[in-house]
Amino acid sequence: MDYLLQHPATVGWRLLQHLELVAGALAIACAIALPLGVLVARKRRLGGAILTGLNVLYTIPSLALFALLIPLLGIGTKTALVALVLYAQMVLVRNVAVGLRGVSPALVDAARGLGMSPTQTFWRVEVPQALPVIIGGVRLASIALISLATLASWIDAGGLGALVLYGLQHDDPSRAVAGALAAALLAITADIALRRLQQRWE
Amino acid sequence: MTAPESEVGGAALRLRGVTVRYQGRPAVDGVDLDVAGGELIVLLGPSGSGKSTLMRTINRLVIPDSGTIEVDGRDAAAEPPEVLRRGIGYAIQAVGLFPHMSVARNVAIVPELLGWDQSRVEARVDELLKLVRLEPARYRERFPRELSGGEQQRVGVARALAAKPRLLLMDEPFGAVDAIVRAELQDETLRIHRLLGTTILFVTHDVDEALRLADRIVVLRDGRVEQVDSPLRVLAKPATAYVAALLDSKDAIRRLQLLTARSALASTGATHDATVPGGDLPTVGPDATLREVLSVLLEGAPRAIVADNGRDLGSLAFDDVRAALARTER
Repeated sequence: MDYLLQHPATVGWRLLQHLELVAGALAIACAIALPLGVLVARKRRLGGAILTGLNVLYTIPSLALFALLIPLLGIGTKTALVALVLYAQMVLVRNVAVGLRGVSPALVDAARGLGMSPTQTFWRVEVPQALPVIIGGVRLASIALISLATLASWIDAGGLGALVLYGLQHDDPSRAVAGALAAALLAITADIALRRLQQRWE
Repeated sequence: MTAPESEVGGAALRLRGVTVRYQGRPAVDGVDLDVAGGELIVLLGPSGSGKSTLMRTINRLVIPDSGTIEVDGRDAAAEPPEVLRRGIGYAIQAVGLFPHMSVARNVAIVPELLGWDQSRVEARVDELLKLVRLEPARYRERFPRELSGGEQQRVGVARALAAKPRLLLMDEPFGAVDAIVRAELQDETLRIHRLLGTTILFVTHDVDEALRLADRIVVLRDGRVEQVDSPLRVLAKPATAYVAALLDSKDAIRRLQLLTARSALASTGATHDATVPGGDLPTVGPDATLREVLSVLLEGAPRAIVADNGRDLGSLAFDDVRAALARTER
């Protein structure tokens, strides 16, 4: 607590860095997961293969994944970003697919029968209907990424993890606690905000 | 009751050799059908008879394996399916309303797809809600889940009629509502049909619904047409044993329900016999069904007076009812 009160600017800066990393990863992850999720929802066999692949990816310990990426991408923010994007895929793709599969066929039939094109049907009917489940996925992914991103400091990508890492290495528990506390608060805030959004859509 | 923006009339339909196969088995098998503009045609049959599939070939939600479909003389396959569908009304059970859109947005879908300007769309929404007897101010901004089953169904019909289609397809639209509301909605359908003159194709498995609504009934069995005729003809002269069984056409009461006191009077030539004291005889309206007349006669009266707003048109006795029934079998 002492560190947090004495160095609010440093904590704030690390928090912003953390947020930037998570938000960036989440945005990229969503852009990839939406088409993948559609594919999983529509093509049964290919979809099964994609989900199996993502499952395998998900079982790799996060620190090990960082380590595996270093020979390919070196150390730094870029590597952390890629790792976080990969981790988010499992939850996001699964929720997009589950959400889309749950849309009532009668609604899709009505949309097509009224003269909507497949694209119009997708954006105006299927996505809005699947949105609560998709937002649920974004919520779970954001919490997971906020926690995972604390490990990014191990590969020199900064964020709140840097405070924790420095605190542990230099016998400064107060600094480590400040980093951990800020990360926890960020996760809780994200959870509440996205939960609200999800409820509004339901 | 406001009049619709313009009279649109109904499209003629011409189906030739329409066949749809599912995994090699024909679901619709060589159907020929001609529908005149403004007719109300009911496709009747049990589930699996192909009635729904046949209807869906018309707006190309199902692509036939062979055969041709002409709407208003134009090949339905000639234009992109979306363009075709925006010109054909489509109403299904209440579950077809989009839950995330208000009543107004649901009704506005096709006009918006057609690119109508916003003020015209909003005016049309109000006009349509009035047409299906839902007060626009009360209903516009509500969501489907806030409506009763009957109200949802009315919105579904309003949505289907939004862009003034000349053809309206209704696929078991009243399947999910109770008997009283269903009868109400059937009356509404008939009223709107008379008012707009739209050609309507209506799919149902409910025989009484078919008899009540149809100008002509198309009876389907295993994807084939068994008979196409007026309700009375289908009942009185079933073409096959299957049609007779499906409609339970031995049931004379059912036929009496399709005949009016006015028509019975016209064909018997019966006029009011002044020598019969009319004072204590029961009176029925000219649009009363012969079933209602029979019911009155069974109460014990020798004759029932048919009167239109106090004007005596004649009277009917038990023999007249029986004669009217017998004529349907000729």
